[in-house]
Amino acid sequence: MDNKNLLNSKEIDIILNRLACQLVENHGDFSNTVLIGIQPRGIYVLNRLQTILQNENKLTNLVTGQLDITFYRDDFRRREEPLQANTTSINTILENKRVVLIDDVLFTGRSIRAALTAIESYGRPSDIELLVLIDRRFSRNLPIQPTYLGKQVDAVNNEKVNVEWYKNKSKNVISLIQKSN
Amino acid sequence: MKQLSVQHLLGIKNLKKEDLHLIFENADHFKEVINRPIKKVPSLRDITIANLFFENSTRTKLSFELAEKRLSADVINFSASQSSVKKGETLIDTVNNILAMKVDMVVMRHPMVGAAKFLSQHVDAKIINAGDGTHEHPTQAILDTYSIREKLGDITGKKIVIIGDVLHSRVALSNIYALLLLGAKVKVCGPPSLIPKHIASLGIEVEYNLEKALQWCDVANILRVQHERMDVKYFPSTREYAQLYGVNMHLLSKLGKKIVVMHPGPINRGVEITSDVADSGHSIILDQVENGVATRMAIVYLLAQQIKR
Repeated sequence: MDNKNLLNSKEIDIILNRLACQLVENHGDFSNTVLIGIQPRGIYVLNRLQTILQNENKLTNLVTGQLDITFYRDDFRRREEPLQANTTSINTILENKRVVLIDDVLFTGRSIRAALTAIESYGRPSDIELLVLIDRRFSRNLPIQPTYLGKQVDAVNNEKVNVEWYKNKSKNVISLIQKSN
Repeated sequence: MKQLSVQHLLGIKNLKKEDLHLIFENADHFKEVINRPIKKVPSLRDITIANLFFENSTRTKLSFELAEKRLSADVINFSASQSSVKKGETLIDTVNNILAMKVDMVVMRHPMVGAAKFLSQHVDAKIINAGDGTHEHPTQAILDTYSIREKLGDITGKKIVIIGDVLHSRVALSNIYALLLLGAKVKVCGPPSLIPKHIASLGIEVEYNLEKALQWCDVANILRVQHERMDVKYFPSTREYAQLYGVNMHLLSKLGKKIVVMHPGPINRGVEITSDVADSGHSIILDQVENGVATRMAIVYLLAQQIKR
């Protein structure tokens, strides 16, 4: 399998720090903001951003949540492999809140479409933004664009953007891999 | 495991342990869903479900209907008392007429043993057994074991006694299958006339003394005395039944430990269970009702996942 590294751990760090700064620029003290990681892999990005915002920006009152979109997906009964749900944990009402959805890779936009529907179950936010680490441009099925963006990548359909998170963050890597089929 | 090993939910007897764990895992997610401000997900919006109740039901019917609606399925309801069954239509004809209206899944309660299995062999739809005569009531057993798991954690090795009218109870049989599958120790307790003759062959014990049974157990699942299924007298009087097999606070306070008390409903207060027990901290009767919706959502969801068009 041909692997092409897109970002090494240091570059990921720089990008996450930049994204955190952009969030602070728009959300100030985050008093009316809720950061929501999309299960399963958006949670890693959320956790890293949360650590930066807490340590570097001294924001200790961050409200965060984890959202699973399995029951909102548009490919239920259309896949070979059955879907398996993950935990959702949002312990706040989102009515009139500013919500930032966080995911690792934006591809077709369908997950985000599902997340937008799922979020409605917790109230009507005043606005919803989208933060992604990697944007696979030119591969969107729906008119969805990120508000905050780590890096744009051009990838063809038989390639997959692979984001590997490790406990030891110096090993983190984002790469482009060829799918076997 | 990501999929059920069965095509229909006809009874616990056909299930594997992994099926129950899969249903429990999904029920955990759906329990979170039904505690949201908006308690609905769109997964089943292109699925139509018919609830056919050829026998009276309040809890099960409402619970299924709510579970289906929370999954965004289209739901039609049917009660035998208001239907052409009274005019002599056969079961297959009734169901096929309903299926001609493009129904994907049938939830059926029927007074005849094996009715759900019979239907699954003759019609092209997913079948969920919501109780067939005195045979099985699988969704009740799933919500009961889910409620025990929620209260006490892993069911393996837990001691559960099923008390009362075991003879007429489909809840008892399904519960026994589910509990044994999950590795629990099971006893039944009741008057000899209401304990089936060969019940011990299922791998459980029979205890005729209520006090001893309660002393032994971690969980007491108390069954309703089913007067409507009794064609002859099985015990001399309701008063005598209540005295010998009714669970009251006096008995529970003598145990020296706190046990969990369950009842599938409807309760005959003052017969098999007194009000002070039913409304006490021992009782998880209302948790059972809430869990009924979450577990039925999981079952309907997992079966709907298998429907390919």
